[in-house]
Amino acid sequence: MEMLSGGEMIARALEDEGVEFIFGYPGGAVLHIYDALFKASKVPHVLVRHEQAATHAADGYARATGKPGVVLVTSGPGATNAVTGIATAYMDSIPMVVLSGQVQSHLIGEDAFQECDMVGISRPIVKHSFMVRKPEDIPAMIKKAFHIATTGRPGPVVIDIPKDATRPDAKFEYHYPEAVKMRSYSPAQRGHTGQIKKAARMLLSAKRPVIYSGGGVVQGEASGLLTELAQSLNYPVTNTLMGLGAYPGTDRQFLGMLGMHGLYEANMAMHNADVILAVGARFDDRVTNTVSKFCPGAKVIHIDIDPTSISKTVQADIPIVGPVHSVLSDLMEQVSQMRKKDADLPDQPALERWWQQIDEWRGKHGLWTGRRYGENEHIKPQQVIESLYRATGGNAFVTSDVGQHQMFAAQYYRFNHPRRWINSGGLGTMGFGLPAAMGVKLAFPDADVACVTGEGSIQMNIQELSTCTQYNTPVKIINLRNNYLGMVKQWQDMQYEGRYAMSTYEDSLPDFVKLMEAYGHVGMQVRSLDELDAKMEEAFAMKDKVVFLDIFIDPMEHVYPMHVAPNGSMKDMWLSKNERT
Amino acid sequence: MRRIISILLENEPGALSRVVGLFSQRGYNIETLNVAPTEDATLSRLTLTTVGDDKTIEQITKQLNKLVDVVKLVDLTEGAHIERDMMLIKVRASGGAQRDEVKRTTDIFRGQIVDVGPNVYTIQLTGTGEKLDSFVAAMAEAEILEVVRSGVAGISRGEKVLRL
Repeated sequence: MEMLSGGEMIARALEDEGVEFIFGYPGGAVLHIYDALFKASKVPHVLVRHEQAATHAADGYARATGKPGVVLVTSGPGATNAVTGIATAYMDSIPMVVLSGQVQSHLIGEDAFQECDMVGISRPIVKHSFMVRKPEDIPAMIKKAFHIATTGRPGPVVIDIPKDATRPDAKFEYHYPEAVKMRSYSPAQRGHTGQIKKAARMLLSAKRPVIYSGGGVVQGEASGLLTELAQSLNYPVTNTLMGLGAYPGTDRQFLGMLGMHGLYEANMAMHNADVILAVGARFDDRVTNTVSKFCPGAKVIHIDIDPTSISKTVQADIPIVGPVHSVLSDLMEQVSQMRKKDADLPDQPALERWWQQIDEWRGKHGLWTGRRYGENEHIKPQQVIESLYRATGGNAFVTSDVGQHQMFAAQYYRFNHPRRWINSGGLGTMGFGLPAAMGVKLAFPDADVACVTGEGSIQMNIQELSTCTQYNTPVKIINLRNNYLGMVKQWQDMQYEGRYAMSTYEDSLPDFVKLMEAYGHVGMQVRSLDELDAKMEEAFAMKDKVVFLDIFIDPMEHVYPMHVAPNGSMKDMWLSKNERT
Repeated sequence: MRRIISILLENEPGALSRVVGLFSQRGYNIETLNVAPTEDATLSRLTLTTVGDDKTIEQITKQLNKLVDVVKLVDLTEGAHIERDMMLIKVRASGGAQRDEVKRTTDIFRGQIVDVGPNVYTIQLTGTGEKLDSFVAAMAEAEILEVVRSGVAGISRGEKVLRL
């Protein structure tokens, strides 16, 4: 048996696990590990400029590929800098393994240099965490970490590694386990057959059905099945912010995103539905609006791998715990058997009336049927997303930061494939977009990768422009520039009589074109609509360059629809500045 | 409603903090908490009492089950069960009348005086949480100097067991 040091075991285990990239930043407590990586590892390491970016890059990589992202950071500030990214991954159920250095075992608890209790700090934002007590446990611990991170409802796992556990002079027998078995961890493998039968019956009895699907369908690789089920029944589908792309965005049966900034037809269909099939979604507060007024006439079938998601906010009439892929496949089988026995299912005339109603809503206030935003001398943010869509043929990976630009992208870039829309939905982390785009671009070097951002968000991790240079990740940055923290400003317009408390930066923004040039990239300003498409195409034609499009948009534009809150229901929406349902 | 939830927990460092952290993180109450090793050195048995409506309790049990260190869990209040809380209470007992009164009340509750000083009695009492509350109330006349309770431990009646 091969004898390896703790550091070498980590390097080797990551290799044996099939890890493609490590995103990280060295420091005192992890130097043995970095030395082992330097000497032996075949796994490329991406040196970011701030540990938060390491976690977001690993996260973007994970969302785009479905494989776990891997992060390596040092103790103390290295670990705490990673916390925002770990929380981001946790809220969106992204598989990630974070290796954090720790001070030497005998110093733990003594407030040693660069010591912090990483297991404690990260506890509420990880799926699980480990601390290495004995170096010989490292291979099995790493195997367990990947197993936990990637199975069931995925999530981040932290392994905290005291420096002495990785010292080069202490060697141990290395064996990487093929599989793990944990008595206390066994996520459901199948849904309950009886429940699935009941669900099929309820689904087929529906007169006004809606399929409401979330990030779980993307994560669970069930987009194909979901699409098949919806199309075989001719049922309308709405996706959550996290679920976009799970159902083809340009398909007639797609109602668009639902929720706070969801499309009118999606929210209206939900509110008036009699049966809601929720798949891999969690009835988040940005979806439901006031829970007590949520979809008053609807029976809810809820499929989720995580039992805690079911009946947490909205009571499920038929809960089904299981992997969405297997449950949807069983559900399809039941549905097709029932329809063989009774060819009149589902009720076609009722369904036809339902579609008429939906089409009427669409015609009235749909975002995609005719132009729904006003025009003036400014470029409208919506037009930028439409231009991006045209320039990339609708096939780009689009990452985003957080704010108005994120909502415009979600509304107007009609994703036809899963894993193409990459944003921080749950935690809402500004600064996510650029590092996430780097992670995506590394995984798919030939694909178009766009980071839709604003001048507020981009500055939260703008140092990563340097990482883009070092690792040649030519992403395109689409900056919707309105010179405000746009979503904050929108709320201040709507709820604080336009008092823009700390939501603007006066004239202190950098010259982004010069800044890009300083990093060796390309920056371009776009100030009028006439040049928008041409500049967009020019940017994407520069395949080997990071290009930053600084696009000056209408600073007064708001995102609509917007749920009326507090105390509103799904159907209560602002449709424009002076029009509401 | 008050519930007694009993958990078999991996005897791992940090396991207890995950359970306790879950309660504070999600805004659930813990009224009592009792944790100790079992006959199996790899497992701890943790028993806690909490108060909440059915929906909250359902979430609590689901969230606890989701913790990787939680091996098994039972809501003892769903079936017939035995609960025991142990209290050590130190009260002022000086002068014949007061000492007699404290002794009498202790006997009524089937407690034991386990330590005697010139001016204090230390009483040990075991029973349900409710019984211990009643005793404390009954001692209201005396001067209570110190109260220590173990927190509720519980077990199902009959054949039902919580084990691997």
